[in-house]
Amino acid sequence: MQENNRNKAFTDGSRLITEALVRAGADTYIGYPITPANLLYLYATKRFPTMLAAPDEITALQWMSGFAAAGHVPVTATSFPGYALMVESIGMAAMMELPMVVVLIQRLGPATGTATCGAQGDLNVVFGTMSGGYSIPTFSISNYLDCWNLAAKAVHTAVMLRTPVVLLTSKDMVMTLQSFDWSVLPSIQPMQVKRYEGNETYFPYKTDDSLIPDFLPVSQNKHQVRITASTHDTKGILQNILTEAIENTKRLEYKLRKHIDSYTEYEFDEQDGADTLIVSYDISSQASREAIKQLRESRIKVSLLIAKTLLPIPSIYIDIANRYPRVVVVEENLMGQLRYLLFGVAGRKGVSGVNGIAKMISPTEIVEEAMRHV
Amino acid sequence: MSDTRFLTNAQLPFCKGCGHALVAQNTEKALQKLNLNPLDVVLVTDIGCHGIVDKNFLAHTVHGLHGRSSALAAGIAAGLNNPNKKVIVFTGDGGATIGMQHLIGGAHLGFDMTVVVHNNMLYGMTGGQPSEFTPCGFKTPTMPEGSTKVGYDICELMVAAGASYVERVIGIGDYSDSLEKAFAAKGFSLVEVMEICTSYGVKSNPGMKLSKLVDAAGWNVKVFADGNGTQFKTPVNKETQSLISAKLEIQPKYTSKIKNPVSIMLSGSAGEGVQSAAEYLAKAAMLSGLNSTKKGSYPVTVGVGFSASEVIISPNPILYTGSPVPDLLIITSVDGLNYARNSTGKMKKGILYIDDSLEAPQTGAKVVRVPFRERVGARNSAMYAVFYAIHHEKLFPIDAIKDLFLSGKMADKVNIDTLMQF
Repeated sequence: MQENNRNKAFTDGSRLITEALVRAGADTYIGYPITPANLLYLYATKRFPTMLAAPDEITALQWMSGFAAAGHVPVTATSFPGYALMVESIGMAAMMELPMVVVLIQRLGPATGTATCGAQGDLNVVFGTMSGGYSIPTFSISNYLDCWNLAAKAVHTAVMLRTPVVLLTSKDMVMTLQSFDWSVLPSIQPMQVKRYEGNETYFPYKTDDSLIPDFLPVSQNKHQVRITASTHDTKGILQNILTEAIENTKRLEYKLRKHIDSYTEYEFDEQDGADTLIVSYDISSQASREAIKQLRESRIKVSLLIAKTLLPIPSIYIDIANRYPRVVVVEENLMGQLRYLLFGVAGRKGVSGVNGIAKMISPTEIVEEAMRHV
Repeated sequence: MSDTRFLTNAQLPFCKGCGHALVAQNTEKALQKLNLNPLDVVLVTDIGCHGIVDKNFLAHTVHGLHGRSSALAAGIAAGLNNPNKKVIVFTGDGGATIGMQHLIGGAHLGFDMTVVVHNNMLYGMTGGQPSEFTPCGFKTPTMPEGSTKVGYDICELMVAAGASYVERVIGIGDYSDSLEKAFAAKGFSLVEVMEICTSYGVKSNPGMKLSKLVDAAGWNVKVFADGNGTQFKTPVNKETQSLISAKLEIQPKYTSKIKNPVSIMLSGSAGEGVQSAAEYLAKAAMLSGLNSTKKGSYPVTVGVGFSASEVIISPNPILYTGSPVPDLLIITSVDGLNYARNSTGKMKKGILYIDDSLEAPQTGAKVVRVPFRERVGARNSAMYAVFYAIHHEKLFPIDAIKDLFLSGKMADKVNIDTLMQF
């Protein structure tokens, strides 16, 4: 049982996230203080090559966009009140196609709510970040290994797809301390934005079949670079509703959809003969894993889906859910936000939720809901 | 002065007679005087009529959100971190109104950039609404009776915020010398160019002369700061140390006899060492070969009120870090008692250690009263209570926490013997 005890440290998730972000290629952290993102801010001061304190969250996102335009890969961490201020600027960065990672650490809302209490209340806020129904690739952390792997994946996805990425987590994932054997962590390679190397005139938003334009920073002396958040053509020049410009805007979503397999991350613990599927993400994944263990010990057959790529919703989640007459979605919010994204307002027969606010959902609650129809 | 073009040959996209065209032309001339290359210049434009001039410039151009151009440009300047690059912002009085925080912040930190405020004293793109820069008596289509407020003096504000170079000019004729000085200045510079909107300003205020209007508003046309301010330097350290270090690893030295997870809640007052005591407990468990977790709860005001911590120790991997009902609850103060009332009621078994100055609550747990506070004082009561509970509950050898304590920061302040009173 204790054979792996030699490399165990007592650590919080924030430490692992920060280290993984830097190893994956992020080089700039712009911070504005907010609970429960304080530990990331603190670690960033020690680890990021460049760390700046912004005077507010709008400025933070604008500075990040400026750094990204100059060729850097910036990161910030915040909670809902800060994210709300960032929304317009995140849309700007997406439209400009600038890579960056926003770590969104959920706490109890609405509004200021309770800063020191965890929650999973912001998935639908992130879902609605972009006017027009465009997506921000969003990953959710279910345990310490995810703190490492998904932080790196967030940077790599931001860089590869030239887009802001949200890393969604919550207070009890990033602030709780746990004994953890970090010798299991895989190595992480840094990734850099693909740059234009041609001699022909550079079109900042012209793409090949990948739908991802080559990048050039505003620091270089060979080609003129135009970056804009207004509807624009492939030259980066503001246009009204010119067909070329509208096609360019639609491409923002199409590029995310085209490459979704490259950033679809989930865990599916399937049990033969199970009629019930538990679905969870973020902190309530912990209780779900424990509940699965208890149910199986009681000879109840049950499968578990931990969603790690949350947005855009990978279609595989729907395919898996459709195989089960009973689906229980576990999440720490009032009405079920992932449940809403998967099954809509109409819901589906056999779908229910285990929800709760201002407390961690317990394995017992999940076991009881799973047993309700057995 | 070079003849390098910074503007294309295309016609500028402004109404006839608009001062914005002169800003573009004077900017080109000032850059020529400085012998700059167009690709050493980054022009960041705000939202407003002036912002559609991007396409006429041969420099790098960045066009973002309303009011945020100065913050975006600050990020570009800091990201470039290169004194040979020139970052210029074009904004209007509307953008300067909504983005005032970024102008003050930029001047305060001294980002290497120049802001050119096209102040035509109203919002032109949206139909002529007043801005915070609209002077007293100035009429606009949505305020035909005239503004009753004094407009911002952005130049005085920028000087107060610490800008390096600040000047106000009347936006008529050749003022490229002023722009040249601003572009050449180290740190943050701002030039306010006074204009009247030909579409809304002139029509609403017939016969009004720009220089008389500026004079009547009390706005001085002069140099306010001469370019000797500070210049922001982006900190860059590529040699930072990994956050993952063998120094943080805890090698087991003792063994524990517990067979199942034990959930321990420590509840006391802020400032009385609750979080530290819980961390020592969890680390001592690791020193005894166990897994452990620690989850803190406290109000946002970290120095007052309750402070609680939930620790789980287990010989098995811990999947779930919550503990709805503790096996062992330790309460060391009134704040701690009030916070823990939810838990005491739920406990059908287990042990409650409580300071003997407190009234024991209703609970199914076995109650053990100990004078924690009286024996070691309030500040060390939580640490003492943890030592006491480890010893009596035989969670793991007391030497595990004793070792940790003696090698920790508190060893000099607290005599270990006081914590070993069992």
